This record gives sequence, structure tokens and C-alpha cells, in this order.
Amino acid sequence: MPWNFDPGRPIYSQLLEMIRLQIVSGRYAPGEKLPSVRDLASEAAVNPNTMQRALTELERTGLIYAQRTSGRYVTEDSDLIASAKRTIAREKTGVFLQEMKQLGYGPEQVTEIINTIDSSENADQNVSDSDAEKK
Amino acid sequence: MTPVFECSHITKHYGAKAALSDINLTLEPGRIVGLLGPNGSGKTTLIKLAAGLLTSTSGTLTICGERIGPLTKSKVSYLPDKDYLSGWMSVSQVIDLFHDFYENFDRVKACEMLNRLQIDPEQKLKTLSKGNREKVILILTMSRSADLYLLDEPIGGVDPAARDYILQTILTNYNESGTILISTHLISDVERILDEAVFLKNGTVSIHSAVDDIRNQYQKSVDELFREVFAC
Repeated sequence: MPWNFDPGRPIYSQLLEMIRLQIVSGRYAPGEKLPSVRDLASEAAVNPNTMQRALTELERTGLIYAQRTSGRYVTEDSDLIASAKRTIAREKTGVFLQEMKQLGYGPEQVTEIINTIDSSENADQNVSDSDAEKK
Repeated sequence: MTPVFECSHITKHYGAKAALSDINLTLEPGRIVGLLGPNGSGKTTLIKLAAGLLTSTSGTLTICGERIGPLTKSKVSYLPDKDYLSGWMSVSQVIDLFHDFYENFDRVKACEMLNRLQIDPEQKLKTLSKGNREKVILILTMSRSADLYLLDEPIGGVDPAARDYILQTILTNYNESGTILISTHLISDVERILDEAVFLKNGTVSIHSAVDDIRNQYQKSVDELFREVFAC
């Protein structure tokens, strides 16, 4: 199944993010060998040169490293993976908070909503309840 | 590295009408390049010049450093925009023909791909649907080990599911030092497999850039940029 891309951003940077996500989420374990550029490009249905570029950029972050002849591997440095994971979480949360801001919710109110979702089985119901309270 | 395709100051007139004027374009080995432009912008003319079917009014065009001639035809695998094979032939007869004709034709590869797309080699070309005929011709074209593949509107009649398979076929089967020049209107379908895009506008090159640079610079896909640049 080809991977999906946003139209307005370079494909290589989106590939980089997707592979990074697969690393921090453990689909590729620390120290595991990555598939070849060709195989990855074929899986994503993209140009191998684009995939190559994504991997080269990803190498620069240290999350993967190339071994001269045998291919590319995920780093064994679990601290590095954890910190990459935290960076992604912060970025995504930042985007989310931005969206909530557009809805008119500040960070405290967002935290409140998150808590009500956490403590309840019927999350949707609670979100609309707290909406009603605000009014 | 010698460019696979290089043209400088290429101009082509049909009578008084200039189809191409002063085209300068260089393509490096191992790239997949989209040749994009509205109808009548000169895409087919440029491809036919490279295939040696037309001669330019002025300017020079070289394939791997060679002037266009019999030698360059062995380096170029060309898929015309028109159906050119005889309808009475069966798929396997066309394969025999290609095998006889081209030294660099890989018969095993062609048969494998046909098999994957479930095309019966004993069927006559005229009894195949438009889409299936296009698939056969594309498979034949890609089964040659060439330096330059010229694909003029290769996937127009093919259904979206088979289109994905065909793009996949192009990606996995072209030889890595070869360059593919592909003219198409189905930009959003091919965009992800392209390295570079060339926009032709009224017979001149208006944009020649890496796809990711376009997406970076304009914050939009090549497809969106095309619709904007060529808005009617």
C-alpha cells in the first residue's frame, strides 16, 4: 500500500518523518537492519532517489547509521530514540494546542478536557458536557 | 558524467508555426523526469526529436553525447503516444518481434510482467482493450535495457489500480543508470515517482526543477502548481 503525502511539503521530509515514527514506535527495533532503499521506495511507491535522500537526512540525526557494505541500521542508543520520541510528541502537542487555541481553549481548559476524557468511558459525552458548562 | 539527454537552442518549426523555440535542457543519468505542459505545448515534438523521428529546425540534441542517429536509437526506448503495433499480431508475436529487433530486450522480464498483469500472451492485440494494449506496449518499452526511456502519455487509458502497478513496474524495472522522460497529464499520479519536473509552455521550458524543490519553494504539489501556472 503506497504511503500518503501532504501536497504542500517535500516528499523526502515526509518520508523522513514516517520512518522516524516507525523507529520511535518500535516497528523497527533498536539495532535492527532497515530494508534496502529500493525496497523501502517500492513499499512507499516513491522514487528511490527521494528515499535515499530521506535516509541520508535521517542518518544525520543519528537515529540510523550506515554500515559500509551491509546497509542501514537503527541506532542502539535508546536514549536518542526516547528523545526523538519526546521531540515528536512536543511538536504534535504544539500543533494540537494551536488548533485548540483557534477553538478558543487555553492550555488549562485543554488539560481539563483531557482529564475528563481520561476518567470516563464515554469520552465524547464528556467533551460535549464541558462544552455546555462553558456556555 | 555525460548527460543522458542534452539539447541546446533546439527550435522546431512546422511551417510557420514554432512548436519549440530555443529549448535548453540537460538530463542526468538515473533520473525520472516528468515532461509536463498543456496540450500543444511541444511535449510530443520534443520526445520525437529525441527518438529521431523528427529533425530540429536548428540547435543540437545529443543522447549520451552522441548526435541523433542509428546509434542513439539503440540507446533510446521510445513509447509513442499512438498505438503503432499491428492488431493482427498476438502478444507473444510482438515479444518475438522485439526480441529480434532489439539486442537489449529482456524477454523473461517482459513475460513476467505480462503474467503479473494477467495478460494472455496468445491474445491478438486488436482484441485487447485500450488499457491492456497500453500495458503491453509499456511493458515492451520498459523491458529494454536502455539509457533513455521516452514515455509519451503512457498510462492515459489504464485504470487507477493498474496505474499503481505500472508506476511500481517503472520504479522497480528501469535500469539504474537509465533516465526516464515521461510526458503525462496525470501529474498527481506520477508526482511521487519523479525526481524532476519540466514545464513546457508554448514551446519553451518555463520551469525545470527537482520535485521536492518545487514543493518546498511554492508550498504546493507539482499538480497544484501546474493548475496554477496553466490556468485557463
